[in-house]
Amino acid sequence: MIHSLFLINASGDIFLEKHWKSVVSRSVCDYFFEAQERASEAENVPPVIPTPHHYLLSVYRHKIFFVAVIQSEVPPLFVIEFLHRVVDTFQDYFGSTNVGDQLPTGQLSVVPWRRTGVKYTNNEAYFDVIEEIDAIIDKSGSTITAEIQGVIDACVKLTGMPDLTLSFMNPRLLDDVSFHPCVRFKRWESERILSFIPPDGNFRLLSYHVSAQNLVAIPVYVKHNISFRDSSSLGRFEITVGPKQTMGKTVEGVMVTSQMPKGVLNMTLTPSQGTHIFDPVTKLLSWDVGKINPQKLPSLKGSMTLQAGTSKPDENPTINLQFKIQQLAISGLKVNRLDMYGEKYKPFKGIKYMTKAGKFQVRT
Amino acid sequence: MSGNGLSYGEQGGEAAPELAQEAATTTTPSAPAAFGLFSSDTKKNEDLKQMLESSKDSAKLDAMKRIVGMIAKGKNASELFPAVVKNVASKNIEIKKLVYVYLMRYAEEQQDLALLSISTFQRALKDPNQLIRASALRVLSSIRVPIIVPIMMLAIKEASSDLSPYVRKNAAHAIQKLYSLDPEQKEMLIEVIEKLLKDRSTLVAGSVVMAFEEVCPDRIDLIHKNYRKLCNLLVDVEEWGQVVIIHMLTRYARTQFVSPWKDDEVVEEYSENNFYESDEEQKEKDRKVKNIYTMDPDHRLLLRNTKPLLQSRNAAVVMAVAQLYWHLAPKSEASTVSKSLVRLLRSNREVQYIVLQNIATMSIQRKGMFEPYLKSFYVRSTDPTMIKTLKLEILTNLANEANISTLLREFQTYVKSQDKQFAAATIQAIGRCATNITEVTDTCLNGLVCLLSNRDEIVVAESVVVIKKLLQTQPAHHGEIIKHMAKLLDNITVPVARASILWLIGEYCERVPKIAPDVLRKTAKSFTTEDDLVKLQILNLGAKLYLTNSKQTKLLTQYVLNLGKYDQSYDIRDRTRFIRQLIVPNEKSGALSKYAKKIFLAQKPAPLLESPFKDRDHFQLGTLSHTLNSRATGYLELSNWPEVAPDPSVRNVDVAEPTKEWTGILGITKKEKPMEKFYSESEEEEDECTNTSSSKSESGSESEKEDKEESSSDESSGSSSSSEESSDSESDSKESTANKTSRAAAESSVSEDNKKKAKGIFKKRSTSSSSDTEPTSSEESSPDSKSESDSKSDSESEKSGSATSSKKEEKLVQDRKASNRKDVFLLDLDDFCPVTTPVAVPIAAVLSPSSTADLEGLSLSNSSVIDVTTQISVPTETHELLHRMSGKGLAAHYHFSRQPSIFGDHMVSVQVTVTNTTDQKIENIHIKEKKLPPGMRVHEFNPIEYLEPAGSITVSMGIDFCDSTQMASFQLCTKDDHFNVNIQPPVGELLLPVTMSEKDFKKEQGMLTGMNETSATIAVAPQNSTRLVIIERVVKAANLGVVPSGQDNIHRFAAKTVHSGSLMLVTVELKEGSTAQLVINTEKTVIGSVLLRELKPVLSQG
Repeated sequence: MIHSLFLINASGDIFLEKHWKSVVSRSVCDYFFEAQERASEAENVPPVIPTPHHYLLSVYRHKIFFVAVIQSEVPPLFVIEFLHRVVDTFQDYFGSTNVGDQLPTGQLSVVPWRRTGVKYTNNEAYFDVIEEIDAIIDKSGSTITAEIQGVIDACVKLTGMPDLTLSFMNPRLLDDVSFHPCVRFKRWESERILSFIPPDGNFRLLSYHVSAQNLVAIPVYVKHNISFRDSSSLGRFEITVGPKQTMGKTVEGVMVTSQMPKGVLNMTLTPSQGTHIFDPVTKLLSWDVGKINPQKLPSLKGSMTLQAGTSKPDENPTINLQFKIQQLAISGLKVNRLDMYGEKYKPFKGIKYMTKAGKFQVRT
Repeated sequence: MSGNGLSYGEQGGEAAPELAQEAATTTTPSAPAAFGLFSSDTKKNEDLKQMLESSKDSAKLDAMKRIVGMIAKGKNASELFPAVVKNVASKNIEIKKLVYVYLMRYAEEQQDLALLSISTFQRALKDPNQLIRASALRVLSSIRVPIIVPIMMLAIKEASSDLSPYVRKNAAHAIQKLYSLDPEQKEMLIEVIEKLLKDRSTLVAGSVVMAFEEVCPDRIDLIHKNYRKLCNLLVDVEEWGQVVIIHMLTRYARTQFVSPWKDDEVVEEYSENNFYESDEEQKEKDRKVKNIYTMDPDHRLLLRNTKPLLQSRNAAVVMAVAQLYWHLAPKSEASTVSKSLVRLLRSNREVQYIVLQNIATMSIQRKGMFEPYLKSFYVRSTDPTMIKTLKLEILTNLANEANISTLLREFQTYVKSQDKQFAAATIQAIGRCATNITEVTDTCLNGLVCLLSNRDEIVVAESVVVIKKLLQTQPAHHGEIIKHMAKLLDNITVPVARASILWLIGEYCERVPKIAPDVLRKTAKSFTTEDDLVKLQILNLGAKLYLTNSKQTKLLTQYVLNLGKYDQSYDIRDRTRFIRQLIVPNEKSGALSKYAKKIFLAQKPAPLLESPFKDRDHFQLGTLSHTLNSRATGYLELSNWPEVAPDPSVRNVDVAEPTKEWTGILGITKKEKPMEKFYSESEEEEDECTNTSSSKSESGSESEKEDKEESSSDESSGSSSSSEESSDSESDSKESTANKTSRAAAESSVSEDNKKKAKGIFKKRSTSSSSDTEPTSSEESSPDSKSESDSKSDSESEKSGSATSSKKEEKLVQDRKASNRKDVFLLDLDDFCPVTTPVAVPIAAVLSPSSTADLEGLSLSNSSVIDVTTQISVPTETHELLHRMSGKGLAAHYHFSRQPSIFGDHMVSVQVTVTNTTDQKIENIHIKEKKLPPGMRVHEFNPIEYLEPAGSITVSMGIDFCDSTQMASFQLCTKDDHFNVNIQPPVGELLLPVTMSEKDFKKEQGMLTGMNETSATIAVAPQNSTRLVIIERVVKAANLGVVPSGQDNIHRFAAKTVHSGSLMLVTVELKEGSTAQLVINTEKTVIGSVLLRELKPVLSQG
């Protein structure tokens, strides 16, 4: 399994090391640095790198490489998944405002994911149903592929050992799910009810996937007219964003980003609302739109200056879209009720829905 | 632990610091040489040393934190060893932890000093706190000091039989560490592994299998007996353990079962039909259709038990199951895993990378698996390049006649991508599609030719290379394309592309006779500036033209050959010499030059465009070796399926010693099964339960139609305990109809009966050991129970109320006995007792318990081993529902009759006795305004028309408490008034007793370990330590069924929760010194722990 772990920051320093077996010299990371050099970008560094005596398995998060040193055959996902959990834990621990002086104590409880003796003065349980739409929309505006990735994140602060059940109005939607280990799988299989003793605090109760075969409502559309001309060094740029299937809800937090072709020197644009930035170095255009008002659709118009002498780019840029819709789960998933057993007090319960753009791309 | 170790350990605490100081003075002189360079460090370390010497824990802790920080940063802190090791015996657990961290890092370097700390660990290994025992073992095994190998070995052995599963888990971890330190210990360690493999704790399973994989992966014989247990435990094992176990079981299965891939037709052994088939019939069938493949039930068990894990949140678990299905499941089932694998693609880049690689390999062999998910592999412009190319690879593998047009359209977008590396890969992919799907070859070729005018050189070059390959497959029609490409030569600079074009022109020079010599002329001019790759092709072109068109090109070729002769590259010079000898005839050239044309212009086979993942399938999926496409150190080959399956009986687990002939008291069935049951599936069990309960409710409703009086409750309890035969319930309902009399009469007769029955219960109990149901003297045991009920009940009504139910039961038992004698077909599954009705066994209908028991060994279906049975004890205690003072003269009491409710199978039966203490009639007593927690339901009693003064009536109602101890609140109303009342059930009343054999109990218990187990040690009052008293007290406190036990000191009880039917297993194990271990295993952990709390005083109080 994992022999040693090295943490490498953005500037290439090994700033932390940990050895579980004998000490492996940090020079083993040289192989990693070599691979890093070969890959143009951090995210292209291969997750598995063989070296003469070891294998380096790494994950890249928060601009830090977590490099595990392995000596023999092991399922690579075992290591990768573990490293991600380590990062999650770090994030949980250091991310909170006050890093406790006390070292965390491991506690053995009959329910391994929950400590015993939890006490709160305000007992509350919040569940957030968050759905992300991954979609590729083609030039003409038709959907090439669209799917929904949903999660139910929970923040449960309940005294004692509460036993919760969560039921849905339409559980049939959830045909592809993965659970937190606290969920009783059999109960789900037989009754389609989530029954569980929750971990204390924040956790992901389940994630689900509504696949490409189902019809997915697309809440926004983008009208675009981006053209380069061979003869002139000027190009036209015009995009408009509008609501489509929003179930009467407001689309907000809209953000448009696009990677412009290398030949684009500068852009002169006027937005009808929001602010926009074009970075001439990275060629990244971003437009913070804000809310979409269906009466007055936001648009961004203007011209592009192209490098003189170069021919027009082959491909129009892809538009990436971000947005949020409050109080809506686009799949139609609805929580029916949440019940608590095993404890006598009445907890405060809350459910929130939200739809967001995941990897939402419009090809132009 | 050896005596030496102990005595040493006792002194260790004081001795260690002194010794350490001594040692420090001796070792320090040699140390500074190594770090003399870092003088600032040594200075800093001085103050750390001082802090460590300090008497304050806070200073020590600060110092230790800084030191551990140094270790993490990779700074050398080894010179602090003597100062740190002194603190190993610190009382402060925080300091101790950090010292442990330090020791694990430096003990190997400073072995002599490290030995000073050993005694502390040895002492900690005996600590009453399991956490300390475990961490001591962890550190001890992490200190890589060869001298202490024997101590480690001893510690591991000891820890492997520790009571705490957590410590045993750590023992399993220590095995691997010791093995890597000293492989000589292998044999001894295998013994420990063998022992720990038998462990039933889910906590241990993953760790011991990990140790097994590391130490002795070839000893599959150790797995046989544990195979089924591991399969059954799997769902409850922690995630990381699951991965390891699944990989191990995959290898195991490939050595033990025959291939499920030979035939398309798969007959599952557990299929419905076979359930009824006897052994012979099955064999006969086998003989008839010899070739039909039958899956070993153990093989099926593995597949079935791993399937739910596809829902795991852990990508490694999902991948492990996917590879298991890939390597073990019949081909038709392999696609079960597709959806889950596709789901993983939403995960992090690294997870995607590995999963896509595996899908790429799978999609070559079985396209169908991922075809429905084609669009999930569409590329996004934001994907990292490595992910893009893997997706492209899969898309190409999935291409077929049906989807190729969609795919090509998608590919067109990719070709235009700004990521040129990816665009080039797309062109390759288009080439592969073109060769694989002949229908689109031309389309693809035209598309690629269009790309030749692309502005990007990489795209053009890649297109040329692919076109060259495509043209080779059908050169006849493509003169035009070759001409077009010849023109490109002026602009294109990428060597591979130039070389490809030259090769093409040379190969097909006869098709472009005018252009070819001209191309040679141009390239001869630029020869010296070309890349080696291109130079070789120029030479080739010259040679081919010389052979076909020597008139025009003789001089040119010779010029080129001369250039080549003096080239800097020996490769070029070599080739030049070779070509010259071959094509230019002279005296020296032998017979070979005659064949020059044949040699150069031979028909060459078209290159095959194949997936780079083609050859990866010989590695087990999901392994590091598969990802790297080369054997990683320690890779274990997956063996081929055996031709003939090895003996499957090796996996049979020995049946525990036949239990003593101790039939459960009160006629509880004890079913002895002739063979070890293969395994039970809880699903089927549940099915069975619902069957039973549905028959129950049917008969219940039937009876309700017949008579809506209380007597129906009597009858329904009878029908419910008969699980399958409708005849029984019919007869019962007949009886109840016969019993129909006037209400008052019924009342009295019922209570009369109940009295009798209460006696009967205890009669039976006293005679149970002789397993004779003939009533004998009732006086033996009944008096004390009577007196107890007397002392507890204080009002007249209460007494009658409690008596009501218990009497009913006796009547029931007697009725059944009578019917048994009369008719063997009225066999009741529950009350079936082989001793009393031995005749009934062979004649019984197909579903008679004995024959089902026979079949259990053969078929995989689980027969009714766990049946709801009748209650054993009915609590005499009644609870006040409404006091007569607050009820304006109306009093109400309730008690739990412990009978399956007639109102619905999730309901608990509650008997309410209403008494009128006024001197007036009370009219229309009914229930209103139920205020219930969510999910809870109440079936109210029928309104009572009137109640005479001083009259009292008992009615029954059903409450579904949803397996919780929450109150059911409602209003008890009369004509004029209403009173708020509530019922709160003791946890013992939320159960229905079940019967099962001891073996089944153990098996079920084995599946309910880990977090499903709660236990406590209690003191037992001496008068409570006999079997009868224990049973009596326990079943009184909770509605449990007694499970026969083979051991005198262990008593087992079983029940199901009323609402969800979850098993509740209670074990009381008497220990020495009047203590007992009370263990409860249940999925309903909350109820389990409450029950534990309630049972504790039951046995400890006198």
